[in-house]
Amino acid sequence: MTSEAARLRRKTLRWKTWICVVVVVLSNAFGDFFMKRGLPDSARLSTPLDYIATLFQPWVALGVGLLILWQLSRMALLSWADLSYVLPVTSVGYVAVALIGKGLLGEEITPRRWAGIVLIMAGVALVSVGSPSTAPTVQAVGE
Amino acid sequence: MKWLLVALMVGATTAGEVLQAAGMRRHGEIHDFRLGAIGRALALLARNRFVIGSAVCMAISFFAFMKLLSVSELSFAVPVSAVSYVMETVLAKYVLKERVSGLRWAGALLVIGGVVLVST
Repeated sequence: MTSEAARLRRKTLRWKTWICVVVVVLSNAFGDFFMKRGLPDSARLSTPLDYIATLFQPWVALGVGLLILWQLSRMALLSWADLSYVLPVTSVGYVAVALIGKGLLGEEITPRRWAGIVLIMAGVALVSVGSPSTAPTVQAVGE
Repeated sequence: MKWLLVALMVGATTAGEVLQAAGMRRHGEIHDFRLGAIGRALALLARNRFVIGSAVCMAISFFAFMKLLSVSELSFAVPVSAVSYVMETVLAKYVLKERVSGLRWAGALLVIGGVVLVST
């Protein structure tokens, strides 16, 4: 592989990684949000049938759809990126949940929570400086 | 009840995510994002033992999470899952053989601290 091709590949990998991270983060945060919005109050989840029936309530179904997208995009991301890279970088989701809470539910973000958000973002920045992949990779076949 | 659900959720999440990462690593990098290619990849993954195992664990974790959401707040349920973070980073190093650099450890620690602050 020439150095030009290697450079292009690194650049493509970086773009692919970031687009995938955005999908993972948003589908996770909104999926959780719609789940919480649609879930009935406690006691009603007592038999296994209750769980299944709950899945078909409109908001819960939307949440489940988004969580399926979350899992698929996360699997794609993990096909080339390390778990120890994916974990911190996708934790931007915690920030997204806090911002969704503020924007859509009118929850207040306390100074303590802002401090947490800053820490998370700093951690993500540190991890994302490095390459997403360090483990020995198996080159994909038949794709 | 609440903490039992947390333990179940964290254990299942950790096992599920490590299995998922191992399964996807075996599958190899996904290059082609056209619908047909994604369908073929899914068909392959449906027979991948690691991916099947991870799906079982994730389902357990998902129903525990659902139950937890119905007995506690989202702002409690989401952040406690950060516990699985520490376990997964350690497993990533020793089971998945990833090179967890000093930068990654530092980043992971900052994230964990941040998650605790955001959630409490």
